[in-house]
Amino acid sequence: LRIVVTINGRAFAGEVEPRTLLSDFIRHGAGLTGTKVGCEQGVCGACTVQLDGEPVRSCLMLAIQADGRSLRTVEGLADDRGSLHPLQRAFQETHALQCGFCTAGILMSIEAFLRECPDPTESEIREALAGNLCRCTGYRGLIEAVGLAAAELRPSTRPATDPPRR
Amino acid sequence: VKPGSFAYLAPRSLTEALDALGEDATPLAGGQSLVPLLNLRLARPELIVDLNGVSELDYLSVDRAGLRIGALVRQAALERSAVVARDWPLLRQAVRYAGHRPTRSRGTVGGSVAHADPAAELPAALLALDARLHLRSASGIRTVGARDFFLGPLTTVREANELLVEIEVPPVPVGTGTAFVEAARTHGDFATAGAAVVLRADGGAAIGLLGVGGAPRRAVSAEYAIGGGASFREAAALAGELARDDWRRALVAELVRRALEAAAPMRGDAGA
Repeated sequence: LRIVVTINGRAFAGEVEPRTLLSDFIRHGAGLTGTKVGCEQGVCGACTVQLDGEPVRSCLMLAIQADGRSLRTVEGLADDRGSLHPLQRAFQETHALQCGFCTAGILMSIEAFLRECPDPTESEIREALAGNLCRCTGYRGLIEAVGLAAAELRPSTRPATDPPRR
Repeated sequence: VKPGSFAYLAPRSLTEALDALGEDATPLAGGQSLVPLLNLRLARPELIVDLNGVSELDYLSVDRAGLRIGALVRQAALERSAVVARDWPLLRQAVRYAGHRPTRSRGTVGGSVAHADPAAELPAALLALDARLHLRSASGIRTVGARDFFLGPLTTVREANELLVEIEVPPVPVGTGTAFVEAARTHGDFATAGAAVVLRADGGAAIGLLGVGGAPRRAVSAEYAIGGGASFREAAALAGELARDDWRRALVAELVRRALEAAAPMRGDAGA
């Protein structure tokens, strides 16, 4: 079966079986290995990408279901000149990662979360992060990073608020 | 692990989908429960019938019978719906506990009901709301009340050639208070137990429980007790009796008490 999937604005064509997972198509078919595969049962969140703007687990979709659709992966976050997305910068500033395996999935989940919820409380941030497992950071840096990125991404006409307190 | 091989069919219409169903076929909706089972090879269907292209099943509408949820409505759409938040708040309260936002993007309300995981939130909430489930096959249509639909873990009255095409939720009377409470190790994880509560202004109550057996269950004795003027604590203890172990009885009683207390302030005067 031949499919064509637009990933980060570029069309990728490939041959897949019905059973080919979208996560495997992204990594092996399109060669975009920023997306990581952890549990392959939807629990860890490492493989989270955006399908037409919505966060989804790429290990819980068949590649064929993405035929003709538009995906965004972690490689699509930085701009064309390579400047990091404000969310990525916030992760860097607050040391919100250590081994980095969970990071791509968290970035893609949270980038979508901040579009839906631009001014989250700490408990909303914790709830959003609950869908991604991180075994290095203990989440403190992650919570701080999301608060910092939210403040950065909010329209500048609104008064800046401090990132949530722990 | 990766799925085993299967044949794949992506019908574009309901008729085409119903024609394809049968003993060896498994319908695929949002895939948030089925695909993990495929990946773990706990499910090895011969044929997957992918419903995602059957757009006629993707509707959320309101009429005199109540809320109609088409089989393809995503959990995220239920969560975002303003009319659901206003007129069926229990569904919004419950769906926020179903997995995580990225799984709700794909996961469907119908899939959650048809899959019938004993820890699932939406079946317990729909049970408390007296939802009616419409099943269709190539040869006909039938309607089953939520109380009669669930038989046990991952087991329902749905036949292999049938599809759950619509969930109908009756209107909730004015002045009704609702709440959903659950206990899980982390938010979004499979729940140990939970309670969906509907408290009507006339004093009647409906309580749907998850985690007290293989299928969602109504706490009928607790409902009667509330109708008869028992305190929330007394009624909650009766609901707890339905659970097997001591610790689970205590947990269920506490969850029901909290849900009743959360729903009570939202309950208003029926005449208001």
